[in-house]
Amino acid sequence: MDQRMITFKQAIKEALLECMNRDAKVFLMGCGITSPTRVFGSLEGLPERFGSRVMETPIAENGMTGIAVGAALMGMRPVLIHQRIDFALLSMDQIVNHAAKWRYMSGGAGAVPVTIRGIIGRRWGQGSQHSQSLQSFFAHVPGLTVVMPSDPYDAKGLLISSIKEDNPVIFLEHRLLYDTRGHVPQGYYTVPLGKGRLVRKGSCVTVVAVSLMVPHAVIAARYLAQKEGVDIEIIDPRCLRPLDREMIVRSVQKTGRLIVADTGWRECGFSAEVAAIASEECQRYLRSPVKRITLPAAPTPTSVSLENLYYPGPETIIREVLGLVKKNRQNRGSRAGRKEPAGTWTEERFNGPF
Amino acid sequence: MIKKRLFPGMEKIPRNALRDLFFTMLKIRRVEEVIAELYPAQEMRCPVHLCVGQEAVPAAVSQNLLPHDVVFASHRSHGYYIAQGAGLRELFAELYGKADGCTKGKGGSQHLASPRSGLIGSSAIVAGTIPIAVGAALAFRMQRKRSVAAAAFGDGAVDQGVFYESLNFASLKKLPVIFVCENNLYATHAHQSERQARDNIFRRAGVFGMPGVRVNGNDVVQAYLAFKKAVARARAGAGPTLIEYRTYRWLEHVGPYDDSNLGYRAKSEVESWKKRCPIAAFRDILLRKKILSPAQVASGTEKIERRIRDAVLCAQRSAFPPEQELCSDVCSG
Repeated sequence: MDQRMITFKQAIKEALLECMNRDAKVFLMGCGITSPTRVFGSLEGLPERFGSRVMETPIAENGMTGIAVGAALMGMRPVLIHQRIDFALLSMDQIVNHAAKWRYMSGGAGAVPVTIRGIIGRRWGQGSQHSQSLQSFFAHVPGLTVVMPSDPYDAKGLLISSIKEDNPVIFLEHRLLYDTRGHVPQGYYTVPLGKGRLVRKGSCVTVVAVSLMVPHAVIAARYLAQKEGVDIEIIDPRCLRPLDREMIVRSVQKTGRLIVADTGWRECGFSAEVAAIASEECQRYLRSPVKRITLPAAPTPTSVSLENLYYPGPETIIREVLGLVKKNRQNRGSRAGRKEPAGTWTEERFNGPF
Repeated sequence: MIKKRLFPGMEKIPRNALRDLFFTMLKIRRVEEVIAELYPAQEMRCPVHLCVGQEAVPAAVSQNLLPHDVVFASHRSHGYYIAQGAGLRELFAELYGKADGCTKGKGGSQHLASPRSGLIGSSAIVAGTIPIAVGAALAFRMQRKRSVAAAAFGDGAVDQGVFYESLNFASLKKLPVIFVCENNLYATHAHQSERQARDNIFRRAGVFGMPGVRVNGNDVVQAYLAFKKAVARARAGAGPTLIEYRTYRWLEHVGPYDDSNLGYRAKSEVESWKKRCPIAAFRDILLRKKILSPAQVASGTEKIERRIRDAVLCAQRSAFPPEQELCSDVCSG
């Protein structure tokens, strides 16, 4: 068996390479994509190999998104890249009013196979406008597919599926996952959109985690199993829309407890959606209220001390799990002064400037 | 004296093209008038932005396009739909919200589409389809096709930033796209002078290194010739053109009625533009020059009337979309 290990960013690059090699209709466009840093390494070698199919664009997000939509309507398969998903907010008109609705408004006549890659920043003081997790914005809209891979294997397979898909896809990559490694086969393969992944089987608590929260949950699970004898089940939905409700429902019916760990805000967010599903479909199985791990209701701060307070991590998941399964025990730790449990985490190696 | 200056350059246009231009304008006019007549019955339950008075521009655009070329329109899209030769039955059925509509009752008047006729789609976000047309042109370039794309929009769309983003990119890449601005002076009820620092839409092309021209949009001959030149330039790979057509909307912004009671524009202004009807004077000159005979006008008119009557009847008899249409066509299967 092929046990080749590569990084998340290499997996992204390989997905693009495979698609561009196979299909002349696939091309890349975006602001800064031909810069020497190659979008944090995720386009390494592609401009050299594909020339004008890797297209530098003006800093004009709405216009460029519309241009991608138009090219897609005429049979191309553009991949539009934002080095920060925050910048895609300038193109919400083209994404929401046009790309998402074109097929419906034209009575099924027009397909818009556009993939919009957006990177979620974090650390080194990225601040309020370079680190937002906007998946819930996009996942609200019928007509959009929203994908959030959490490991290199899924990153490659899901990106290939996204580019193949005849619908607009928002593909969100967490910057802190870029250097994580995992097994990735050579060549072309797909991971189906709309199907979750059972990351870890367990019996006590279901943790639905997205993107960066998946490796956090894995660290938490290891600690909980070894130190506390608590066995959690981890589900990575991989796709927020369409969502694999069935996998979540089945798991919650088994464990009777649910924690949702999202990288975004709480209010009207993805974690609320999953909690609502549990309420609608698992009510008589639930042994305790649903818990949500999200960001505080504030924009991202810049100072490292505030940043540390801002983001949840493996210890947050541990605390919430223990709170659910051992109600009589005192909650351990507070947000401030916490210490991450032992485990390798790239964040520690993450130094600036970006 | 004035008549002499009308329709300069007419001799450059083949006689059959002149006849086509006339009948296309007439068809647009009559469809819009019939919609206006039927609309008060409250059976067409979608907003309609009629283009009475502005028929010359869509006629001129479509007359110059080939079957593989494409058009994108805005909320005031009926003219382009009709000029591209898309079906009247499907148009009326769409306005009545019926299953036989061109978008199965899902788009309505503001989102008319007939891809096989070259009208890829229409957006109710005023500048929404401008970058999309540029993207279509980019695809043609990448696919080494000789097709061109036209984006039709109003003077209101020029207020939006994406218009400039689109001009810049189209000129940067020398894309085969023509920007067709129908300046009817008003964005809903706001006059251009309330919204724009200068009355110079066509000049804004120059700063992006592309030609921009201002053309009398009520003179179908000039409208045609300007667009023809832009198409030739685009097809030759020389890049985009912006055409500002000066024209005027006779009816209210949305709906079938005269809106002079609102007071945002002077009655005399409306009347003066009605005197410059794009169809009446053109018909007269075609008759005078014997390009059209009165019998041809009569039979052509009757044919249009017959087709409109047939389309309305069909649409009224057509069924509403079945329930399963509600959530279909959101994503690919």
